[in-house]
Amino acid sequence: MLGPVDYLLLFTELAFELLAVVILLKHKALFQYFTIVLYLCASIAVGIGRYSVLKTAGFTSNAYLYFYYLSEALLIICLYFVVMTLYAQVFSEMNVGKFVRGGAMLLLLLTILISYHTVASSSDKMITMFVNELTQNLYFVGVVLTYLLWGAMMKLRESRTRLMQLVLSMGVYFSAFAGSYALGNMYPDLRVWHYVCHLMVLWQPISWAYTFMKVPEDARTATARVIAPTQ
Amino acid sequence: MIAAMIFLISFLALLQFFVSYGHSVVAASREHELSEEAREICGLRAKSIAGDQFRRLMALAALCPEPEGGRLQVRVVALYFQMLGLARTLLTRAIPSAESWIDAERGGCAYAVAVVLDRRIAYNRMMAQRAGH
Repeated sequence: MLGPVDYLLLFTELAFELLAVVILLKHKALFQYFTIVLYLCASIAVGIGRYSVLKTAGFTSNAYLYFYYLSEALLIICLYFVVMTLYAQVFSEMNVGKFVRGGAMLLLLLTILISYHTVASSSDKMITMFVNELTQNLYFVGVVLTYLLWGAMMKLRESRTRLMQLVLSMGVYFSAFAGSYALGNMYPDLRVWHYVCHLMVLWQPISWAYTFMKVPEDARTATARVIAPTQ
Repeated sequence: MIAAMIFLISFLALLQFFVSYGHSVVAASREHELSEEAREICGLRAKSIAGDQFRRLMALAALCPEPEGGRLQVRVVALYFQMLGLARTLLTRAIPSAESWIDAERGGCAYAVAVVLDRRIAYNRMMAQRAGH
């Protein structure tokens, strides 16, 4: 059963996501960062969907369970599109966008296959178990992809502050979720992570809103200052 | 086993990403040279600022009327400062060498607030001059 804190966090999450969409549109970032707007809109739709399933079917129902995990997997796939956009922006001058998209899609398919294989070889062949395993793995692949992108940005001495903050905020989000899913798999009864996950969901719209509000497109920061600020 | 490995790697990545994100937020401030007037008001003598000046600078910045939308940056820096405080409490016993690094980071946060204060002083002076004309 969900308590008032859960509902408060659910509505706060929706409010921040709406705010982030408005800020992105206000700063004319729709075309350049279309996938971010797409993710936020998908997240708002999922939030509303979860609330209506919760109200009609109840928290302990199978319908809510399936909807929750499947929508979670859908949202991570949307986040993959955001990562692909960031890769395309970083490598825009090298004309390797086609390879980046191909590689990311291949990685996505591989993750789905590996997750399916893990669940298929276990005794409980439940779809929720498959989606849970898939979600953990997708978040972890997200961490690896973002880490590689950040490494490439350092190597290429990428100085666009907005791009840097977007990549780093993605990294924070992916690693926080991959870690919490892994912890959830190790200790399934740990209730505190339920609230931590809700709070972490707020990170992405808040950090994106901050970046688009406060960091102009032409702002530049030396990579060395971000890695070792005393330099 | 796999879950434990994913947790460990993700936790280390989270630390690195979060610290770099914090740096990217305060990095712009480090390039800003504080005006003499701001230094005098803040009572600063050295070029760098110690982390324990943070709260005093925050209080001074709160007293100074701000340009539109100037509050968000202070809040983000304050959040990073509080996270560093938490890290200091949790980590310094386990990793004593982390203390100096955390203090340097907290100093960076204090400097960022001093830069905000400097900008607010300049803004208010400009507004006062306009009102005078």
